[in-house]
Amino acid sequence: MSSVLADLLQKTGAPAESHTYGDEQQQRVGFFTDTSVCIGCKACEVACKEWNMIPEDGLEWTGESYDNTSALGANTWRHVAFIEQDKPLHGNGDGTTGLRWLMESDVCKHCTHAACLDVCPTGALFRTEFGTVVVQEDICNGCGYCVPACPFGVLDKRHIASDANVGHKPDLAAGLGKKEDGRVWKCTLCYDRLKGGHEPACAKACPTKSIQFGPLDELRERADARLAKLHAEDWNGAQLYGRDPDDGVGGFGAFFLLLDDPEVYGLPPDPVVTTKHLGAMWENMAAAAAVFAVGIVGAFVGGRS
Amino acid sequence: MSVTKTGGELRSYYGRPVIKEPTWTWEIPVYFFTGGLSGASSVLSLSAKLFGNEKLARTSLYLGAAADVVSPALLVSDLGRPERFHHMLRVFKVTSPMNVGAWILFLNGGASNTAAVLELLGILRPVKLMAELVAALFGPPLATYTGVLVADTAVPVWHEARQELPWLFGASAAASAGAAACVFLAPEDAGPARRLAVGGVVAEGALVHAMQLRLGEVGEVYHQGQAGKLSWAAKSLAGTGALLLARRGKRSRRAAVLGGAMVCAGELCLRFAVFKAGFQSARDPKYTVGPQRERASRDGTKATTKPRGAAGAAARGT
Repeated sequence: MSSVLADLLQKTGAPAESHTYGDEQQQRVGFFTDTSVCIGCKACEVACKEWNMIPEDGLEWTGESYDNTSALGANTWRHVAFIEQDKPLHGNGDGTTGLRWLMESDVCKHCTHAACLDVCPTGALFRTEFGTVVVQEDICNGCGYCVPACPFGVLDKRHIASDANVGHKPDLAAGLGKKEDGRVWKCTLCYDRLKGGHEPACAKACPTKSIQFGPLDELRERADARLAKLHAEDWNGAQLYGRDPDDGVGGFGAFFLLLDDPEVYGLPPDPVVTTKHLGAMWENMAAAAAVFAVGIVGAFVGGRS
Repeated sequence: MSVTKTGGELRSYYGRPVIKEPTWTWEIPVYFFTGGLSGASSVLSLSAKLFGNEKLARTSLYLGAAADVVSPALLVSDLGRPERFHHMLRVFKVTSPMNVGAWILFLNGGASNTAAVLELLGILRPVKLMAELVAALFGPPLATYTGVLVADTAVPVWHEARQELPWLFGASAAASAGAAACVFLAPEDAGPARRLAVGGVVAEGALVHAMQLRLGEVGEVYHQGQAGKLSWAAKSLAGTGALLLARRGKRSRRAAVLGGAMVCAGELCLRFAVFKAGFQSARDPKYTVGPQRERASRDGTKATTKPRGAAGAAARGT
């Protein structure tokens, strides 16, 4: 069982040597989001919603700095976080105030080992030829398994009514009393734009190159150089997040340069793909099932009647 | 925890959750109960047949088949797009416990219902026996895989209990199948069912304790809010019901019915307690960030790459 699983996990992961697509296999692409140059303009959020025709899901004032979007979800595929800190921007503090304003445009990480893709029972979630992770909206049946499986809380079910959703008309679901779209949605890394040879809408719209799109290898080199520069300039807390292919999810397809620890931005400090332990879990279940059967038969043996 | 703290304590983004709460609704914990009931009943039924207890065999066969009719309806109803339920059965995917579970339920349910219908009609005995065998073969996985299903998520209180959950769900399933048979059978025919119910409840108590020990602080959600109330209800109902079955179930039909019903109600509460605990665990970022931060500082993390010599910069007193 474990080796079958290992094979399958190898297939669902996104190593460059994956041969699923044969001649159509493309170079793995992704995002490098450099938060040190983010100005919090939210052009990425707007461009994403426009291009992907994501419905409006309510306008609320949160009082949480300039952030009124709050989190990634079914209707938010780019989310800009704002953090006001009583901390100098540079480590040595000279010539700076003790205040800084951190901004970070969050997005689906397009993990090398993606839990959402592994647990999806229909195959709606799949690995594209670009190494990205995409939900097929015509296959997803809204089981919701990927939602708690994602270690980053990226995916969610769309609760907005179907007829408010572009390109989808109410059908049998409405007859069964379902009034919402009911499917799961997330960033596609603009799969349609990639197919046409364009960069994703958020990267295109970003005015400061905080969001950089490109081949993952190249982005990693660029990020290393940037981190070295920030270190030389003594920036406070600069660190790359998700750059290393050896982390718990095999490295992110969309990784970040942060100016504080991940949890400050609402990101998990040490994410691990939930299917990492699945082989052991199946073996444990097989043992439990066997003992369970023996226990039931045992109820007949022990009796005095 | 309500704002981002820069001090030594756990930090978060405005106290917001890091992971998403499940989207599942009440149908799922009810299914955990009915799926467990049918899985255990199919084994109980076949065992009873082998040991010559025909009445128990028939009762459990019907109980399991009835539960197997309810289960798929619950699962389909929970889907965001119910008309696409069959998309689960277009593929077989070992990495998805839900996909594997759909196949297990399909096979167990199909077999148990075939057997029940043939029993009712009194025809095709060899086919009926084959169906009973298939149902009994897929019964144990049906009763235990749901533990893997919830454990294979990023929800801390579920994922960290991955060792205990399939065993706990199995014990709960066995208890409910035994207890349900006690409700419908005369006490003199229900001996093995009674012992199964009582044994299941005892095993379950030990497993809940083991799970709490392993979970430590992450497990505190089982003492708080809805999960806390449900855990208490589960323990009280199943405990009292099992005591009643053990003490009076042999002589009094009334005690057997009441005790059986209480154990079943307790098992249903247990499934709801585990279900609700997952939501509470996902909602509070401290359960996600805390253990990860602890692990990262103990074993080191590769999720973050700090500049080479950063430690030196810190030591310079900057």
